[in-house]
Amino acid sequence: MSTTVIPYTTEIRPDTGVNNVKLGIWLFLASEIMLFGSLFAGYILLRTGNPEFGAGSGALSVPMATLNTVVLITSSVTMVLAWAAAMEQNFAKFRLYMGCTVMAGAVFLVVKGFEYSAKFEHHLYPSHSTFMAIYFTFTGLHALHVIVGMGYNAYLWIPGSKMFHSNPQQFANRVEASGLFWHFVDLVWIFLFPILYLLPDAAS
Amino acid sequence: MSLKAFHVLFVTASTLLAAGVAFWAFQQAPGEGMGWLGFGSVGAAIALPVYGVWFLRKTREVSFL
Repeated sequence: MSTTVIPYTTEIRPDTGVNNVKLGIWLFLASEIMLFGSLFAGYILLRTGNPEFGAGSGALSVPMATLNTVVLITSSVTMVLAWAAAMEQNFAKFRLYMGCTVMAGAVFLVVKGFEYSAKFEHHLYPSHSTFMAIYFTFTGLHALHVIVGMGYNAYLWIPGSKMFHSNPQQFANRVEASGLFWHFVDLVWIFLFPILYLLPDAAS
Repeated sequence: MSLKAFHVLFVTASTLLAAGVAFWAFQQAPGEGMGWLGFGSVGAAIALPVYGVWFLRKTREVSFL
């Protein structure tokens, strides 16, 4: 049985100027930008078309969202430090920083879980209002992305790190691709936090 | 775009967010007990660019592409 080797996983491809790992992750992120971009466009249209749209923002917890913002920004820092450690071939530091990134993702999800349960206790479901429907759609989709990113980071942290010793350059490229996805997810939150939690009612 | 370039973009966006949140806490919600958020955000808006410069120095030899 023959095995297929994907070319240009470490070396730069002449026609694109980047390796295939980076090209692949950016093509994927382009589709993600279109997905979230369409949701943001929907948010703008629904908000501007409804004077009572923003009434639900007062029901959200700014302190919890602030905590989650701090957690995600910190996780981006530890993610990039894990990538730097992988490039410097410092395995102990890579394990430490990647572990912190995975834990930060878990903390974000736990806080989000508390936030959701508080909403459900007050009978605030997506069917309550347009704002709550958008809130659950945005944050639910975002949380799904956090779970996926956290899962892949956890793979690189423990089982996938075997490649660190066998092919360090390819491993560093994988960490970079994962880091790009993680940064994208965090950047989406940077936009979600002010528009969902801080913007006043559309009527005010 | 490399992770280095994306991280610089992210730190820039985070700094702008921190400055915006500080403005919101002091101007839009002054009577709602959000002073802690305002002062924290001012601190973050100062600390993040300092970190960004440190990060750029640390990754001086890494390409932006």
